[in-house]
Amino acid sequence: MAKSTVTPRSDLTLFLGFTLVVLAMPIWLQPFGAAYPDLMQKFAIFGLFAIGFNILFGQTGYLSFGHAAFIGVGSYATVWVFKLMTMNVIPAIIFGTLVAGIFSLVIGFICLRRTGIYFSILTLALAQMSYNLAYSVLTPITQGETGLQLSTKDMRLLDGAVADGAGIPPTNFFGIEMGAWDGLFGFYFCAFFLIVGFYISIRITRSSFGSMLRGIKTNQTRMMYTGLNTRPYKLAAFVISGMYAGLAGCLMAAVDPLAGAERMQWTASGEVVLMTILGGIGTLVGPVIGAAVIKYAENIFSAIDKSVLVDLFSFLPDTLGTFIASVVSLFVGKGWHLTLGLLFMLVVIFLPGGIMEGVDRIKRRFFVKSRADSAE
Amino acid sequence: MDAILLQILNGLDKGGAYALIALGLTLIFGTLGVVNFAHGALFMLGAFCAVTVNKAITLSAKVRDESVTFFEAYKDVPYLEMWLGETGSLIINWSIPISLLVAIPVMLGIGLAMERGLIRHFYKRPHADQILVTFGLAIVLQEIIKAFYGANPIPQTAPDFFSGTVNLGALIGMDLTYPTWRLVYFIFSMGIIAAVFSFLQFTTFGMVVRAGMADRETVQLLGINITKRFSTVFGIAAVVSGLAGLMYTPILPPDYHMGMDFLVLSFVVVVVGGMGSLPGAVAAGFLLGILQSLASMTEVKEIFPGIDQIIIYLIAMIVLLVRPRGLMGRKGVMED
Repeated sequence: MAKSTVTPRSDLTLFLGFTLVVLAMPIWLQPFGAAYPDLMQKFAIFGLFAIGFNILFGQTGYLSFGHAAFIGVGSYATVWVFKLMTMNVIPAIIFGTLVAGIFSLVIGFICLRRTGIYFSILTLALAQMSYNLAYSVLTPITQGETGLQLSTKDMRLLDGAVADGAGIPPTNFFGIEMGAWDGLFGFYFCAFFLIVGFYISIRITRSSFGSMLRGIKTNQTRMMYTGLNTRPYKLAAFVISGMYAGLAGCLMAAVDPLAGAERMQWTASGEVVLMTILGGIGTLVGPVIGAAVIKYAENIFSAIDKSVLVDLFSFLPDTLGTFIASVVSLFVGKGWHLTLGLLFMLVVIFLPGGIMEGVDRIKRRFFVKSRADSAE
Repeated sequence: MDAILLQILNGLDKGGAYALIALGLTLIFGTLGVVNFAHGALFMLGAFCAVTVNKAITLSAKVRDESVTFFEAYKDVPYLEMWLGETGSLIINWSIPISLLVAIPVMLGIGLAMERGLIRHFYKRPHADQILVTFGLAIVLQEIIKAFYGANPIPQTAPDFFSGTVNLGALIGMDLTYPTWRLVYFIFSMGIIAAVFSFLQFTTFGMVVRAGMADRETVQLLGINITKRFSTVFGIAAVVSGLAGLMYTPILPPDYHMGMDFLVLSFVVVVVGGMGSLPGAVAAGFLLGILQSLASMTEVKEIFPGIDQIIIYLIAMIVLLVRPRGLMGRKGVMED
């Protein structure tokens, strides 16, 4: 990505390739056993979240530990539109994203007064505060621990009341239900936003605004000495990435109309950091790959339990097999977080540039080797 | 008036815990320049030292219960009681003070291993990398504990000697009953803080460390191996937060994620106190602990509902906006 051969043409190829890969997901994910709508929706939603996070962390260099709060705000706002106005997702998504944007404007205004570690701690504290509030005082709005859910008694001003005995109407896009086409509609709906989000992130990266952000990351003091006021740029980057997160939260609520405070917990913020790092900080596609890998691994690992493992190692002698199975079982199923933590450490220690750097390294080694071969 | 005084007292033990963790964080930050997100995990590990010691000395055998005569009944009798009788039960009763002796070398070892094995390789890396790797380590540590001890809190009891309450108000003619163990915790935390400060202030080792905090390069040019001293400081910080967690177990039953809960608050404490300032960390710890317990009074909650949940974060925001360096922050620390 960082090669000097970035042209509008290569960007177009990248964008078209990305679009094609995303749209073809239901086909090429089949052999991996991941081609079902629920999981693919997660890929798209968290991919979008990670792209947005990357605009702040990757480009501007500000490590936020509170981005999950925007997901939560987006989700809550979306569900409220479902409850009060209409089950059509478009107004809900627009409203949710805007609310998340305003919320991130407030948070950003406060947090961006400080840099570095102070910034991380401030975002962490503010997100934790929103989480606590959602659980306690704001219960009338958030429904506290039960989470915000739809009910047949909601007003739905535009849709009209639900007939007696009918269930809660499903979320829909101008009449097409999210679950239509065996659930694939929901995926393509999210994929559309992922692709648009990706396009916007390419445009931001290549714009003068993007180079301004990278300038802030490299040396903010120098930027200020050249007479620039960096504040508006940082704030804009923060709000943009907050809106991406908000949009991701809206999509979560659109495909599954409920919202809970646990989405705002700071471990959720940690997860998106890991996705971005694992994929490759500051690269365009990296965050999406990271998000997909993590969600895929989570899905696979947390499904394995001890009996599966015992079966798996049954070819070994009995005692040895059980022993290995019990050791491995620490890392799967409920212990999946242990694997996540280890992965986190290993990536930061050995591959700070993430998967994209790994690909680059392999490519370079391969390339250099083949050149050496041809020289012989 | 009584109610306010009582809430201030209630804030002291929590404030003590915040202060101890924040003190350790600041020590590590001031010496090594590393932001340690795994510090809460050290607090949790300390608490689980107490759990482990307690489990070890209450290892029990099934013995026939003689008092039940109708059928065969069995009860668990710890080996220590069988072998030592009364002394045995006394030892079991005092398991938390005893585990202090175990926890000091254990936490020192864990701290040194962490510093040598992981943190040392991150001195020159950006702060973001340090945050991330220690965050990963914290997850790993807490998941390991979860795998061994389960996800449920494990209640611990203070020695009978310290159970019950004391009436602190008797001297000044007021009624202030206060749980004895919380008082013990407060005194203990003050003792540890005094010990750390006098260690830094009155020993040669402490003097070198302080010099290194002020100007690392010059100290190295004088031919002192400052890296070695600093890793000892990391060990000490680990011991401090481990002991803080250990002594806190009778107040809050330890579970695997107690560290994370305390960590976020302790970071806020450090920021309010001023990054890199030891007295600031201690003062802010007690200040925020007391403010938190004052905010949880019903009278206050009636005026501002939910204030007890957010007071700490509100204070942190106000302090950072008004005094960006924190209450006692030094110039030039973390201002890149």
